[in-house]
Formats: sequence, structure tokens, C-alpha cells
Amino acid sequence: MTAETKNATNALSNLDLETPEKPYLDSNELIINMGPQHPATHGVLRVILKLDGEKVLGTECVIGYLHRGVEKIAENRTYTMFNPYVDRMDYVAAVSNGLGYCQAVEKLLNVEAPPRANYIRVILTELNRIASHQLWLGTHALDIGAMTPLFYTFRDREEILKIFEKYCGARLTTHAFRIGGCQYETYAGFEREVKEFVAFVKPKIDEYEELLTTNRIWLERTKNVGVISAEDAIALGVTGPVLRASGVKWDIRKALPYANYSEFDFEIPIGENGDTYDRYLVRMAEMRQSLRIIEQAVERIPEGPIMAKVPKVIKPAAGEIYHSIEAPKGELGYFIVSDGSTQPYRLRVRPPSFVNLQALDIMVRGLLVADVVAVIGTLDIVLGEVDR
Amino acid sequence: MLNSLMSYLGSSVTPGEAGNQLWALIYVLIIFTGVSVAVIAMNWLERKALAHFQVRLGPMRVGPHGLLQPIADAVKLLLKEDIIPSEADKFVFWIAPLIGLLASFTVYTVVPFGPSQAVSDMNIGILFMLGVSSLGVLGIVMAGWASNSHYPLIGALRSSAQMVSYEVAMGLAVVSAILMTSLNQTGTGTLSMIGIVQAQQEQHVWFLFKFFPLGAIAFVIFAIAMVAETNRAPFDLAEAESELTAGFHTEYSGLRWSLFMLAEYAAMIAVSSIAVALWLGGWMRPFSHWLSGGAWDFVFSLFPGLTFLGLAAIAIRGTIRMPKHSLFRIQTIGLGAFAAVLSGIGLLLLGIAVGARAGDHVALARSADALNNVYWFVMKIAVFMYMFIWYRATWPRYRFDQLMSVGWKVMLPISLGVLIVTAIVGVIVG
Repeated sequence: MTAETKNATNALSNLDLETPEKPYLDSNELIINMGPQHPATHGVLRVILKLDGEKVLGTECVIGYLHRGVEKIAENRTYTMFNPYVDRMDYVAAVSNGLGYCQAVEKLLNVEAPPRANYIRVILTELNRIASHQLWLGTHALDIGAMTPLFYTFRDREEILKIFEKYCGARLTTHAFRIGGCQYETYAGFEREVKEFVAFVKPKIDEYEELLTTNRIWLERTKNVGVISAEDAIALGVTGPVLRASGVKWDIRKALPYANYSEFDFEIPIGENGDTYDRYLVRMAEMRQSLRIIEQAVERIPEGPIMAKVPKVIKPAAGEIYHSIEAPKGELGYFIVSDGSTQPYRLRVRPPSFVNLQALDIMVRGLLVADVVAVIGTLDIVLGEVDR
Repeated sequence: MLNSLMSYLGSSVTPGEAGNQLWALIYVLIIFTGVSVAVIAMNWLERKALAHFQVRLGPMRVGPHGLLQPIADAVKLLLKEDIIPSEADKFVFWIAPLIGLLASFTVYTVVPFGPSQAVSDMNIGILFMLGVSSLGVLGIVMAGWASNSHYPLIGALRSSAQMVSYEVAMGLAVVSAILMTSLNQTGTGTLSMIGIVQAQQEQHVWFLFKFFPLGAIAFVIFAIAMVAETNRAPFDLAEAESELTAGFHTEYSGLRWSLFMLAEYAAMIAVSSIAVALWLGGWMRPFSHWLSGGAWDFVFSLFPGLTFLGLAAIAIRGTIRMPKHSLFRIQTIGLGAFAAVLSGIGLLLLGIAVGARAGDHVALARSADALNNVYWFVMKIAVFMYMFIWYRATWPRYRFDQLMSVGWKVMLPISLGVLIVTAIVGVIVG
């Protein structure tokens, strides 16, 4: 190993993996593969780590193990047919994906969903945000070694999935919304069940916090770990809770309101240090804010139609549109180019997980192996969305 | 043969001290079987208790309430293909689990289940225990190295660093307990495990409460260090699943892997027994000084029988609540039979206790005594075992450097301070 390699400033270019004649266990640096089959990489992420002992000198993410060509598929499906495919990207927040896609196409068609549909959309999307954050919390805590929160969050997430199942028949890949509104009217007792859920989950969030927020080991494992400054976060295009934990008050629900978010009273929780602990606190606060939105929406949900007037065959005029929403993981954008036919000419998704994952390298440089899993957990990535 | 077998029965020292090899062998076999059964029971209990902490049911399918799950697991592990990675150092790979197992089982030679219920009473018992139990880490390091793979190697390195940083604090905590043994009339301390418990007996106090809170602090230090020593959560860095897949035993499977598990659980029981002997009065029953006298002795001697009857009651409740369906018939019968066995043992133990009180049959009284000693020792260990599960369910995992800094910067100074203050107080009081 040359001296240049030893104090590598940019380990990415120096990750020479093509030298099998080197001694098998080199005494200088260790290059290990974390994933694609690893308990803490949340699916099939492969991170090549360059280690000095346990210290991380550099990382390289290898993605694509779950690539299904979603964007290409879109070019060969009609707008309506492509709708269920978006559920398979961020499969823990399928409702948000559907909302983003439906609204993008609506924008292209110049139609507006009726108010009642918007309320249903907001309720389901915010429920989905809670479900996504609960799954994040459970797996993140498990990565850091606390087993129990995982089961608590899954127990409570189940109640949300039950509501989804009753509403649209599916628990995970919901396909809840249609272009122009919603396909299904709410079932009898929907408002009551949502209210019951809000009352049920509030103390449960306190319960998660009881296990972790003031836990000495949790604090040591998360404070000042994976720090990312606001400038770096903006430069890398990081969005969502990760950006807000660095102190940037950027939430598309407030900044560029879509659906009817402007009608609700809620706050954007932000952090200060941009470390793992702040991201944890931000997401915990976001769950409570989502509950606030749901409470208001259920109180005020109007009567009326749930579907706007949309032509049977969706054939938007030629043009292009970019629409983004605040998904649980950050800005989820859809860029659609229409050539006037029934199929998109090009559809591009801006997935929050994929962009946030870029920050992994600068966040873990100089930390230890144990922090890598903590940071992967705190970025809250879903590989279905990273690879698409 | 028969003579040498019977000649020991009258003596009140350990077989090792009496030089009776036959009885020593019998004791070894009893302890080996007992520890193995305890490990199996612990396996079931951990899965069950952990499940209940986490709002799950745990094993329910194999036998009533999953009681036969450990057996099913054992059969599965025995039948699994025995894989040795082609790049591994085969001999070291083969011998590593055996070293771990050997280290954790050898410790039991000096564990004092009673004044004469130990294989041997070594005059350096506690040193022997500490020395041999820390040999277990050698097995881990060898396993990590021999696997010739990155994750096991990192796990092994972590494990050895962990041992170095916790052994010191642990040793100092032990020394402060040993200092306390010298605070009797004769003024001579002892390193013998049985001697340490007898010192607590003479001083009428468990060392946990001696010079409160000095004994308690030393005990807490030891209790933390022993979790680190046995690589259990929250110090399970060597096998941190979410970081190193399985740490040092990533490449192990089947029987060899189960040997590691056996060694880990046996080591947990072994270090718990050190804590019990040093701070919790070993085989002494609770309140042996405050509530002394024949009547209280009798009341406390009923506890072993009552424990088994209590377990039997739980099993009977489970039998009654079993679904009344033909599919559950075998399970119901099995659980009922288990309840019957438990209550049979309970009644037998109660009978011995009552018999020892009523008649003046020497052998009966001696066996009742022995039962009580072993019972209280095992019950105190059981409390620690439960704590091990509780820790695992509650806490996140420490990071490597944090673990070291807690060991060197927090626990070492505290244990050193406790040792010095204990010595000073000992001189002033004694």
C-alpha cells in the first residue's frame, strides 16, 4: 500500500478491488462488503467499506439489486395502468407514491380532485407517514441493538394497515387513489376507526420514546453520529426529515402546498445538530404532527363526490410536468413528459431515498462500523425506491 | 468399591478435599448434566421471556407452550451439514468451540453449591474461576481468526479488546469482596469460594450489604463487567447481529455453533455463580441471621417443594386453558403429565423437608440441608439469568469505543476507589 492510499482523502477512487494477488488479510486496510445480504442494510443495499481497524475510511454504495425498470415500464403502459406500479417503489409508503403520481397526472390533465377526495387522500397519506416512520423506528432501533421497539412499532403499525385493508383491500401496495380522485368511498365507520386509532397511537408514541429518548446508551449511540450540515445537505439534494434535522425548515406540505394541506394547522419540526439523534427526534415529532393533521381532517371531512370528471381514456396534451410531494422520506417528485398519446413519453421519478443515500459517505467517514448501520438506518432508505 | 462409595457420605467436606475421586466424578457428572439441562431450560426461557417482553408468544408449536422447542432445535442443529470453509484453518476452526466449552465448564469445579456440595474446594478458588472463565475468550479469538473471513475477525478483535477492558474492573471488584472476608475474629482472608461464603455466614451479612454502599457498588461493577465478559447484550459487540452479521461465529453452523451457544450460556451461569458466592451469600437462605431458629429454618426449607408446586400450578392452569379440540389432545396430555411430574417432585421435596423436621434421621436431615443449599444457590443464579434476558430486551448495543471508555474511564476508577475505601473502612472498623 502506498502512502497515498493510506491517507486517502477520497477512498472511492482508491477502492482497488481488482488485486487478488494481495495477501488475503492485509495488515493495512480492510475492504469489506456489507451486503447485499446483511441484516442491517434494509434490503439489498451493498456498501463496500474501507476500514482501518474499525474506522471507516470510505464507502461505496452499490445499488441496483432491486432494479425493475419502473421508469421504462411507464413508457409502455397507459397512465391508468401504470398507477399500481408506483406502489412498488417505496413499498412502506405506497399511499404517498400513489398520491404523487395521481396528482402529477392530474396536473398534466388540468383536473382537480374534489374536496372530499382530497380529505381522504390527506388522511390516508398521513396514516401512511406514521406507518412508514414506525417501520423506520423499529428497524433503526434494531440496527442499534434495541430489539423491543421493533415489535412495539409493528404491533401499532398493524392498526394502520387494517384501516388500509378495509378501505381498499390491500395492506401494503394499496393502490388507494385514482387519477382524478379516489375509486372507493370510505367504508362505514371509517371516521370512527381513524379517530380511535389516533387516540390509540398517541400513548404508544410516548411508549417508544420512553424506551429510547432518554436511554443513556441510545444517546451515546446517536448523538454526534452521522452529522450532516445544512449546507452539505442542501448541496447533496437531501430532503425530508434528514434535511430538517439539520435545521432547514423545508417541507413541501408547507412550502408548495398540494392536496389541501394549506387548510390544516401543523408545524414542521426541525433539529439543530443534524445528527442521528436529531433525526430521531424530528421523526418522532412528525408522527405527532401527522396525528394532528389526521384529527383535523377527520373532523372536517365534507360530503360530496370523490371523483373529478376525468375522460375514460386519459390522453393528456403534449407537454411536461414536474410535481413533487412530501413523502415520509423526503421530496418525492414525478417528472412526466407527454407526447399526446395514452402513454407517457418519459416518466422520471425523483426518489427521496436514492438522493438521501448519497449523503451516506460524508456522514460515515471517520466513524466506526457500528455507526455505519446506525446511519443507514437513520437515512431511512427503502431499496425498492432507490433502485426502482 | 461400595466401601469407598459409602465412606464419603459421612464426611462434611467436598469430595476433592476428601480425596475421593469416585465421588468427585459423580459430582462432576451431576454438575455437567445439571448445567446442560439448565442451558436447555434457559434457551426455552429466554425465547419465551423475550417474546413476552416484545408482545409476542414465542415458541408455541413444538410441545405445549413450546416446551420441547430446545429439543427440536438440538435435533435440527445435530442434523445440519457440518461446514468448514475451504479457506479456514481447519484445526483451529475445529478446536475453537471446544476451548470455549471447556473453559466455561471447567469453572464449575469450584462453584460452591453448598458447604460440601462442590467438586473441590480449592484454596485459590476465585482466582481459578476468574482465570479459567476468561480463557473462554481464547475460543472466540481462535474462531474469529480460523474462519479467515472479515466479519468474524472483527468480532474476535472486539471480543479480546472487551475482555481486556472489563477484566481489570472485574478483578478489582472481586478483590474488594475478598478484603471483606478477612474482617472476622481471626483476621485471615480467603480465596476459597466456600471460604468466602462461610465468611459471610460468620459475619452475618451478605457482602452486598457490607459497609453499605461499598459492597453494593463493587457488586454493581461486577454485575456490569460480567455481562461484558460473557458477550451478552448490551455488550454483545462480538456477535453484533446488525453490524457483523453474527460476529465470530458467522462461519459456524450446526453442532459447532451449538457448542458456542452452550459455552456462552454455561459461562453466563458460571459468572453469575461468582457474583452469588461473593456478594449474595452463596447457599445461605435469605434472612438467615434475622429470622434464625429452627422454626424459621423449617419455613424456609419448604421453599424448594413450594417452588415446584407453584410451577406445577402454572402447568395445570395451562392444561385447563388448553383448547378443547381433538388436535390439542396430545399437547394437553403432555402438559398434564409435565404438571404431574413437577408436582411429584414438589411433593417429594416437601416430604423430605417435613421428614427432616419430624424425625431425627441423620441422612434425611443431611439431604434436606443439601437440597436447601443447592436450591438457594440456584435461585439466586436464576435471578441473574432473568436479568440477562431483561437487559437484552431493553437496551441498545454499546459501540466499541464507548464500551472501552466506560470500562476504563468509569468502571476502573470506581472499582479502584471502592477497593481503597473498603480497605480503609476495614482497618478502622476491624
